[in-house]
Amino acid sequence: MEHIRLPKAENVRLLNRLSPRRSCVGTLYLTATHSIYVESETQVLHSLICRLEKQVNTSTGSPLLIHCKNFQVLHFVFPQEQDCVHIQASLQRLSQPEQYEELYCFSYKPNVDEAERKEEWSFLNLKAEYRRLGIPNSLWKSSPVNQSYKVSDTYPAELYVPESATQQVIVGSSKFRSRGRFPTLSYYCKDNQAAICRSSQPLSGFSARCLEDEQLLEAIRRSNPRSDFMYVVDTRPKLNAIANRAAGKGYENEDHYSNIKFQFISIENIHVMRSSQQKMLDVCELRTPSMANFLEGLEGSGWLKHIKAVLDAGVFVAKAISEEGASVLVHCSDGWDRTAQVCSVACVLLEPYYRSLKGLMVLIEREWVSFGHKFSHRCNHLDGDSKEVSPVMDQFLECVWQLTEQFPCAFEFNERFLIAVHHHMYACQYGNFVGNNQRERQQLGLRDKTHSLWKHLWDTRGDYINPLYRTDNCQSQGVLRPSTAPYCFKFWSGLYNRFDRGMHPRQSVEDYLMAVREETVQLEEQLASHKEVRGQSPVDGLAFTPPQNQTSEADLSVGSEQESGIADVSFNSQLSEEGPGEKSCFKEWGESG
Amino acid sequence: MEFAELIKTPRVDGVVLHRPFMPTVEGTLCLTGHHLILSSRQDNTEELWLLHSNIDSIEKRFLGSLGTIIVKCKDLRMIQLDIPGMEECLNIGSSIEALSTLDSVSLMYPYFYRPMFEVIEDGWNSFLPEDAFKDLEAMTDEWRLSEVNRDFRVCTTYPPLVAVPRDVDDDTLRKAAGFRHGGRFPVLSYYHKKNGMVMMRSGQPLTGTNGRRCKEDERLINATLRPGKRGYVIDTRTISVAQQAKARGGGFETEANYPQWRRIHKAIERSNVLQDSLVKLVEACNDQSHSMDRWLSKLEASNWQTHVKEILTTACLAAQCIDREGASVLVHGTEGTDSTLQVTSLAQIILDPACRTIQGFQGLVEREWLQAGHPFAQRCSMSAYSNSKPRHEAPGFLLFLDCVWQVLRQFPCSFQFTEQLLVLLFEHAYASQFGTFLGNSAAERVRLSLPEKTVSLWSWVNRPQEIDHLSNPLYEPNSLVIWPSVAPQSLLLWEGVFLRWNRSPRCQEEAHEEMVHIIEYNKELQNKVNSLRRQLAQLETQEPPLQTP
Repeated sequence: MEHIRLPKAENVRLLNRLSPRRSCVGTLYLTATHSIYVESETQVLHSLICRLEKQVNTSTGSPLLIHCKNFQVLHFVFPQEQDCVHIQASLQRLSQPEQYEELYCFSYKPNVDEAERKEEWSFLNLKAEYRRLGIPNSLWKSSPVNQSYKVSDTYPAELYVPESATQQVIVGSSKFRSRGRFPTLSYYCKDNQAAICRSSQPLSGFSARCLEDEQLLEAIRRSNPRSDFMYVVDTRPKLNAIANRAAGKGYENEDHYSNIKFQFISIENIHVMRSSQQKMLDVCELRTPSMANFLEGLEGSGWLKHIKAVLDAGVFVAKAISEEGASVLVHCSDGWDRTAQVCSVACVLLEPYYRSLKGLMVLIEREWVSFGHKFSHRCNHLDGDSKEVSPVMDQFLECVWQLTEQFPCAFEFNERFLIAVHHHMYACQYGNFVGNNQRERQQLGLRDKTHSLWKHLWDTRGDYINPLYRTDNCQSQGVLRPSTAPYCFKFWSGLYNRFDRGMHPRQSVEDYLMAVREETVQLEEQLASHKEVRGQSPVDGLAFTPPQNQTSEADLSVGSEQESGIADVSFNSQLSEEGPGEKSCFKEWGESG
Repeated sequence: MEFAELIKTPRVDGVVLHRPFMPTVEGTLCLTGHHLILSSRQDNTEELWLLHSNIDSIEKRFLGSLGTIIVKCKDLRMIQLDIPGMEECLNIGSSIEALSTLDSVSLMYPYFYRPMFEVIEDGWNSFLPEDAFKDLEAMTDEWRLSEVNRDFRVCTTYPPLVAVPRDVDDDTLRKAAGFRHGGRFPVLSYYHKKNGMVMMRSGQPLTGTNGRRCKEDERLINATLRPGKRGYVIDTRTISVAQQAKARGGGFETEANYPQWRRIHKAIERSNVLQDSLVKLVEACNDQSHSMDRWLSKLEASNWQTHVKEILTTACLAAQCIDREGASVLVHGTEGTDSTLQVTSLAQIILDPACRTIQGFQGLVEREWLQAGHPFAQRCSMSAYSNSKPRHEAPGFLLFLDCVWQVLRQFPCSFQFTEQLLVLLFEHAYASQFGTFLGNSAAERVRLSLPEKTVSLWSWVNRPQEIDHLSNPLYEPNSLVIWPSVAPQSLLLWEGVFLRWNRSPRCQEEAHEEMVHIIEYNKELQNKVNSLRRQLAQLETQEPPLQTP
């Protein structure tokens, strides 16, 4: 609380970017965790604030723009400049905690008793996930080598390695890999025994080699008895990989490793991705963009190009596994960004399970959380190095979204689910995405002190179900073979313009179908009870309820005639932003004279 | 028959056909006067029947004695024919080129086509102006149906019957026609029942450089205003284009002569620019380079999406003037046969729920495009692949359909039809066995005896099985005005037309089937529950007599 310099500011204007008429005036309250603006029922979690932008004073007051990590932008105007300054300073501090303990997850206390809270954390179990994959088996074993995080402090304790890999080989290999991240099992394909492994780059420099590392790769290849070679995929652009050699790092030399096929797939680094997303967001925030502004900006940002690169890489790995039956080792530099993207995209393509609600949770838990994607740094949970921030996980979620657009019946979850995961990744309400790796999370005692998101999402899964999902049609089964032609990639306005509701379709096919399905369930119940009644004595049993035919209609009529279509017209005309009302806005359209 | 001279090689064996998303077929290629037919000798394989008029251009390639013809269709499909024998290939190629560019309307397929289906209702009589006027009469007596253009003398591109203000006589109309481009004097396009406001359309006023005025024209449009009310003139051209038009005798309504009207200029592009956009867009969609930058920059450079946005924005503006401002609107550009119709027809989609039904939409196309004199024959004689220099070609109607699709996508439950109807209209506007889109105006259709000699597309569409096929399972009548978003993020590329032949439709079809299944199953259960409930109710009424002793 000591960081709140001003607990409330009065007569604050909240401007609506798309329809100025909907702007309102009210009181802004600051609490320890949220900013609350009652008039438009807006509240912002402080952990979601990524940037505060104080603009030049205008005649109406001091404007403050709050940019959030979930892409909400709030435009407040304070009548008193002093208020604005205080609020800005308070939020600056509140949104950038210095210590983990200040994060919302440590103070978030829903009405759940301790036993239930503990239960939440056992909802997902990675051991069970590996068992589901058929691991351990005669080819792959669990290795205790990293039990106390000694070999690699960013790897999980529980790791799976080829049956023939000895402790000495593993430790030897880990010393030859950045951050000790030696090649280890990510995904195993039961059908053909091909496996996806992941690691960091080898410390090969210009000529160094490591016998144990070579032996470990050979062991991985031999754990796939049906294939006489394996792929090593370096997900960096070749130039970057070469540059790394000068720093004693680099990539595998095909001459030193037997039976590997080495392949570069260029995905750009975190810095390129960060600036690309920022450019795209600038385009999203343009106030009245023309189509050309928008498309030029989108192209200039390079964002969709990067999404395509990630998906292309995933397709390459999935093809190697499913069509060639070859195992693949994927790495980048440290093996926690691009590697996580590519391995997880490949898994979504390869196995229907990962397209289910729980399957995607498990996949994120395994490839991202357990393998040490640096959520705290990438999402900027604490006041830290801005160069560490990058939307790497955003890109994975977007790849999945792009796939759901191509395969509308293949995914159990809907767009809302992906957006919910995105939201919580940044919100820090739950402990799942706090910390940079397993070791850190254990030290923070997250499992003892915070709640788990996955159980919460599962309990509310009714909101996240795709009504078109069917396990038995051809697009849902087996491997997904998406097209990655450029025109298959769409701009994801559902996420990046999430809060500009006027831009989205006004009627949701999905919600309509869910309502129909709910009604269908009720009808099924009624039918069963009617049949029963008919079978029984007819008179007494007639107290049935009429069917509730109204559900679907009620859902639909809401907000059909929204005003934003109109606002859009005005927002595309040359009228001044501050126009207070419809009438006066309207007058400005006419060409006078 | 004259066709025979054009067909040097009527049939070739051993031709291999490649089509998007279909297995290759080997078979015999036949050319008839109107069709390119390929049929295999196996029984179950699908045959190809392609109208020559659907062929936009062809490309010939040779590899030894094997010739290949790439046939590029007006519906944007590309098919490939591998033809053994150089001479055969050359002959087929030149025949196709000749047959697909026949000049004489009377040689067109619709004159030869005999329907293989039962015509339940003759589409030529489905949407008569006098019937539409009956609906108007039920709402207001302020309008009358004028026969001033009975013999197409006042305006060659108007239908014989037009709705005009009741108090304006035919003489005034004649004089106003003289003051408007192409004789297109202001006529009623739409009456907004909710508040009695109207939308009219016309050609540009012929003010010229010296500011000519016409009292009758002023009286005509002022007659549509309620006392003390102002109206809006929406000129679909920018102010500078409208200024330039003066030099060629055209112009716009000046403040001085039309003080009760407020003029708004928008920037909808004209025909040759639009045609160029279409060509560029389709070229971008067929680009094989796989580069994202290239795709986005070509998409942007085509300007297609810009046109969509501009047209929809203008339509929203017109709708807004009427519904929100409570003002009447006059829409025109230069001729009043292109951008004007885009705006007036889309504004009706937004305002009038009736236009969002299957029948209502056909009526809208009939009224605002066919009867209103959009020159379909000129505009749709070539599509995106044509090599010849465009003269009057322009995809104005396709842009309208694209805009409707955008609204449909944003309000997926408010339309009785699916995207399929829009795609169907696009196809038939460019090549058809039906006579509906032949000719350039009502006068031409009479002169060509189309109603007598050809079948109407509406006769085909309005059969139960076709209606069924085009129906949107999600449809819930929505009586409200629907305001689409015109932000660039809200307007997507119309995949159903532009990427139709680049992507397999299978996944989307599965999704549609599943949607239908969910809804059908629900209906089935509802019926079962209702019938059980009736049974139970009957049992209940039968029961008491049994219980009373």
